[in-house]
Amino acid sequence: RRSRSKQSSVSSIADDQITDLVSKLQHLIPELRRRRFDKVSTSKVLQETCNYIRSLHREVEDLSDRLSQLLASTDSDSDQAAIIRSLLMQ
Amino acid sequence: MNNPHHLNPTSLKSRFTTRFLRALTKIRAQKPISSSSPTEIFRRYRRIKVAADKSMAYSVRSRRIWSRAMLWKLRSRSYRRQDPCSGRRSGKTNQAIMKKSSNENTTTRREDGVGFVEEADELRQLVPGGETMNLCNLLDETAHYIKCLTTQVQEMKKIADFYSF
Repeated sequence: RRSRSKQSSVSSIADDQITDLVSKLQHLIPELRRRRFDKVSTSKVLQETCNYIRSLHREVEDLSDRLSQLLASTDSDSDQAAIIRSLLMQ
Repeated sequence: MNNPHHLNPTSLKSRFTTRFLRALTKIRAQKPISSSSPTEIFRRYRRIKVAADKSMAYSVRSRRIWSRAMLWKLRSRSYRRQDPCSGRRSGKTNQAIMKKSSNENTTTRREDGVGFVEEADELRQLVPGGETMNLCNLLDETAHYIKCLTTQVQEMKKIADFYSF
């Protein structure tokens, strides 16, 4: 708290920017989205962000694994055009 | 909100899906798919994962620090495999990325006991190119990176579900 009085007006603008960015991030994380109106510390937001990114990375790995098994068992090429079409139309 | 980096969900989604499906088709065509040795399955898994990350990075192109860092990483991986003498070239490119991200914003890391320096550093390890980012860039890039990752996961899930008939 002591150091706050030494800060220039420039860095308090940066503080607001950081607060904004942190709350934007808080909104993206499922764990924290329900606590929108609570005061969540920046440290907690960053911590949960790290956890969330790690879980997304794991999901990508699991899905890649699943796809590699599935590619081994499917041989039909004709349904691919149908898949592409229906995915792009969503 | 007038955000120049605003994600257009429809076009990012379809850019990713088109590229990723194309890559999957190539992967399927490469080896006798019926072989299910653990090595083969692992190789295919790696190729699919790299294809997914690559498809997303290419769909974002160089609009973001994280996508530039990821594209650079992917390209230098393939250079290193083909041409062992590309060391000098890679060094220059890395510097260019670092300069670009640190000049944009003069906010420096605060060590006066705000209490999240460690968490920020941990985040820097998870976001591509994070080590070169100041705090503001890191927070901004992270938000975009998370949006793209969730899109990537959603689309991969849809494709896996379709193949699961």
